[in-house]
Amino acid sequence: MGKFGFAISKGRQIDYEANDRRIAEYILEHEPSFRLCIECGGCSATCTTGNFTRFSLRELHILIKRGENDEVRKNIGKCMLCGKCILVCPRGVNTRNVVVLARQAFQKYDEYAI
Amino acid sequence: MNWDVVVVGGGTAGMEASGQLAKAGYNVTLFEKEEEAGGHLKNWYHLFPDRRDGEEVITYLNDQINNDNITFYKGSRIDHLEKNEKKFIIKTNEGKEMTADAIIIATGFDLFRSERKEEYGYGIYDNVITSADLEKRFRTGDMKMNNGEIPRRIGIVHCVGSRDEKVGNLYCSKLCCVTAVKQAIEISEWLPESKVFCFYMDIRMGGALYEELYMESQEKYGVNYIRGKVSEVGESFTNSLIVKVEDTLAGRPLKMELDMLVLMAGMEISEGSKKIGKALGLKTGENRFFQSRDNHFGSNLSNIDGLFYAGTCTAPMNITETISHARAAVLDVMDYLKDGRR
Amino acid sequence: MTNMQFDPFVIPFNIGLYFILFYVVIRSVIWFRGLSRPDKLRLQRGFFGITFIKSLKDIFLESLIHRKILKTNLRLGYMHMSLAFGWFLLILFGTIEADIFGAKHLNAPYKAIFFRFFNPEHGRMGFEAVYGFLMDLILAFILSGLLLAILKRFYSKVVGVRKTTRLKTLDRIALTSLWLIFPSRLLAESFTSGAFGNGSFMTGTLGHWLASFLPAQELAYPFWWLYSLSLGTFFVLLPITRYMHIPTELFLIFMRNSGIKTDDKAGSYSEVETYSCSSCGICIDACQLNFSAGITNIQSAYLMKAIRNNEETSDIAHNCLMCGRCDQKCPVGIELSPIRMIQRRAGEAEYDFRNIYRGYFRSRQSVAAVNLNGSEVYSFLPETNPEKADVLYFAGCMTHLTPTIKKSMVKILDASGVNYNFIDEQGGVCCGRPLMLAGQDKEARELINYNSQIIWKSGAHTLVTSCPICYKVFKESYYLDVEVLHHTQFIRNLIADNSFKMRFLRKKVVYHTPCDLGRGSGVYDEPKEVLRHVARLEKSKFEDENSLCCGGSLANMKISSQKRSKIARDAATELTKSNPDILATSCPLCKKTFSKATETRVADISEIVAEAIIEPTGNNITRKQNSLSHELTP
Repeated sequence: MGKFGFAISKGRQIDYEANDRRIAEYILEHEPSFRLCIECGGCSATCTTGNFTRFSLRELHILIKRGENDEVRKNIGKCMLCGKCILVCPRGVNTRNVVVLARQAFQKYDEYAI
Repeated sequence: MNWDVVVVGGGTAGMEASGQLAKAGYNVTLFEKEEEAGGHLKNWYHLFPDRRDGEEVITYLNDQINNDNITFYKGSRIDHLEKNEKKFIIKTNEGKEMTADAIIIATGFDLFRSERKEEYGYGIYDNVITSADLEKRFRTGDMKMNNGEIPRRIGIVHCVGSRDEKVGNLYCSKLCCVTAVKQAIEISEWLPESKVFCFYMDIRMGGALYEELYMESQEKYGVNYIRGKVSEVGESFTNSLIVKVEDTLAGRPLKMELDMLVLMAGMEISEGSKKIGKALGLKTGENRFFQSRDNHFGSNLSNIDGLFYAGTCTAPMNITETISHARAAVLDVMDYLKDGRR
Repeated sequence: MTNMQFDPFVIPFNIGLYFILFYVVIRSVIWFRGLSRPDKLRLQRGFFGITFIKSLKDIFLESLIHRKILKTNLRLGYMHMSLAFGWFLLILFGTIEADIFGAKHLNAPYKAIFFRFFNPEHGRMGFEAVYGFLMDLILAFILSGLLLAILKRFYSKVVGVRKTTRLKTLDRIALTSLWLIFPSRLLAESFTSGAFGNGSFMTGTLGHWLASFLPAQELAYPFWWLYSLSLGTFFVLLPITRYMHIPTELFLIFMRNSGIKTDDKAGSYSEVETYSCSSCGICIDACQLNFSAGITNIQSAYLMKAIRNNEETSDIAHNCLMCGRCDQKCPVGIELSPIRMIQRRAGEAEYDFRNIYRGYFRSRQSVAAVNLNGSEVYSFLPETNPEKADVLYFAGCMTHLTPTIKKSMVKILDASGVNYNFIDEQGGVCCGRPLMLAGQDKEARELINYNSQIIWKSGAHTLVTSCPICYKVFKESYYLDVEVLHHTQFIRNLIADNSFKMRFLRKKVVYHTPCDLGRGSGVYDEPKEVLRHVARLEKSKFEDENSLCCGGSLANMKISSQKRSKIARDAATELTKSNPDILATSCPLCKKTFSKATETRVADISEIVAEAIIEPTGNNITRKQNSLSHELTP
């Protein structure tokens, strides 16, 4: 296929096999409460940054879990670490630490550090 | 065989248990702290899943306790309760003293006080009410807002005081989802021009005919369901309510103004139960409800012989389950007394 | 026995002593040279005049008497004092002893330390006996403290601390040699006294008893060797164990009194501070993570140790509520929280302070103060054009989750009649302090600049905020020229101006001072003043500088929610011991944390005041009217 100049398009699927799940594993190891997230969206609803730009912590959580790291890497720096999300989360997930750990994980594993 | 059984709590469970015990020939004394029996059921309008009138169930229960074998004391609080060898000693606030061979605790639940969830604005903003408040309004027919106008858009918030680590209640109160669906339908019937929006984390329709009710609410009444936990409620300049919520299924934050907000308050173990539990050393679970001796075949048994549980003091349950649970408690009592209180 | 002038056994002592003196001098020079130029000048001036006298006084009161530890914990203080002050007296009077009674004046140090060995016949009567009594008394004083120290190692409740600091191997060896010094001196002097039939109340009595069944003369010599060896070992090990704090604390006192403060990055002063930690354990005792949550490996003493040993500090540094209780109780006066902040900043990749030599040489990297040439992280924030106003009200992120505070403040502001603008009513930008607490100063600076623009553009002269976290950062890091007030201070001013009338609520109130407002910013009295105008304020055991932390702090990234709840519940139980009607606080985060932890009503001061305001009849000023009149005025 490559000889003809075609490349197989990536498609819209979440390729669970191919995705790099080390970021998720790093976070899960250091913040076990992350497992409890049910993506209810309370965190995104109250988010300070979410008021100003397209930033959904809930979305980033689920992308991390599935290993879709590109989107996360681009956006994770926008968090102001204000902590309102922790005050809202009904499951007691330490969402703020998830953001900080994600940044650390990117530093550690990614060639393209933030 | 003139066994004396005391039933504490004159709600659904207490009344049903008393009735069944009396029919079986036991001497029953029923204590109820309010001036009328019926518990929370008195405050409800129509019951799910078939939306029948709650009054009918109350009539049935009142018939149950209309029995010569039952002595009913209303306005009576238990001040002192202890077990002495094989007998229970009960003293009330009016000074009545008696003993019993077996006792059924049917002290029920309290609704979560929504003021504790400050960010939802109950008691702070106008037009924020709870599900209990709404049931009362159905009875009186007063569906207007504080300023006398008809609410055009009504929001319902699920899981207030349940499934929430922030208020210390991790458990699910089970009934609020189907109550929300029922109330959404009822609001739509009272106010056909208005729209109802339910904000949920999950829609839990775990009972017979519940899912069908949910589908009916969507199909016939056009109730809207938005998956997203409401983080906080605010007020706009025009005094309408603004909910901060993310429409998680669309993946974007939602901007919506509402005229009225209904909070689905969860269930907690009642204050009366807590007092009795402390006095007798009754075991409670992590959810603070009474803990049954066995989850499958001992749900009416407590950690004290001769003391049995009936109803929502053990866990959130609906009317059907409560009545069944009360009947099961009666069977356990009969078993216990038949064996000579072993 | 002839008067010898020298014996081989003194060699270990000499080696140790000269080594440590040499080391301390070199180290001090290195530290001095590591200071910035202004700090060097400060320190030089600190060696003259009043400052010098004060430093000497501090050294006497703190390094020797350990007055601060005595005040906090009598037994622990006595233990430290007896060893430090006792040893000092021993050296001082021993030197005088050698001077007066010795062969000549100005002897080598070993002559004073081993005086009895070289003057075995001394001390039988007269002034010599009196002096001997004094020396024995001092030795007994030291030994009493030593007994406490040994017991503390095994059973810390003896000195009233809950937990004692853990030690590494070298520390243990140094500790053992330290513990051997005075008992071996006691035995050496006693045996010598026993052999010669002299000695005072302790050494004489003991020596006499020992000589009755042991060959005192022969046994004395090994114990003199032991005495010298233990001294020598201790001195040689001192620089690489925690006992380095003994000389370092002296240097710290001079530096501190000269006006030097901990910087934002590691430097000579922060290094001197970390070495001054005596591991007394008072910070561990004060820490709520310890006594409420059972977390015992992250307190300041352990952080200091980790820094000294060049260990990975990130987990320790971030697992802290930054409540300031340890800072406030540290008897050495180390700025514990600023040092922890240095470690938090050091965790960020760009600020690398590790280096090859263990703390001896530090390569300093300057922090880019405002580097906005790189990509701005928060460039998505929009341009703003705020309305002009005299007073700005900034509720803060957390306050949006406690709407009663917002509503109460709006009512109070309306009742006061000031021309104000509620700038973050629809949600604002975070003040930046949470980022700083996570060590991300660069990103915080962006938010600070953004908010500063809004404040400046509005032309306001006063900024009122409801959140102590925001208050602290506005005051310390924003460089604004507006007056920054916490809402309790603002309300206090309004009351003083008679801006509105209030009823007196007949309620018992206990006030909880938020960490960032109290210890963090020094605002203790205004909130209490306001409360006294409205309700019956009760005293509590944990007041002002001694107040507890609610546990909700944003500064701690690592703690689990269950442990946080435990801290909150314990603190709430303590505060509501007297069964007050209201637990008052002045921080939305404290309010949220305590509401979950207690049945007692938790209310912010603004709520209580708003409840108490008597509305003037027919004069209900609403917000809409205010902004309307604003548009009408040119």
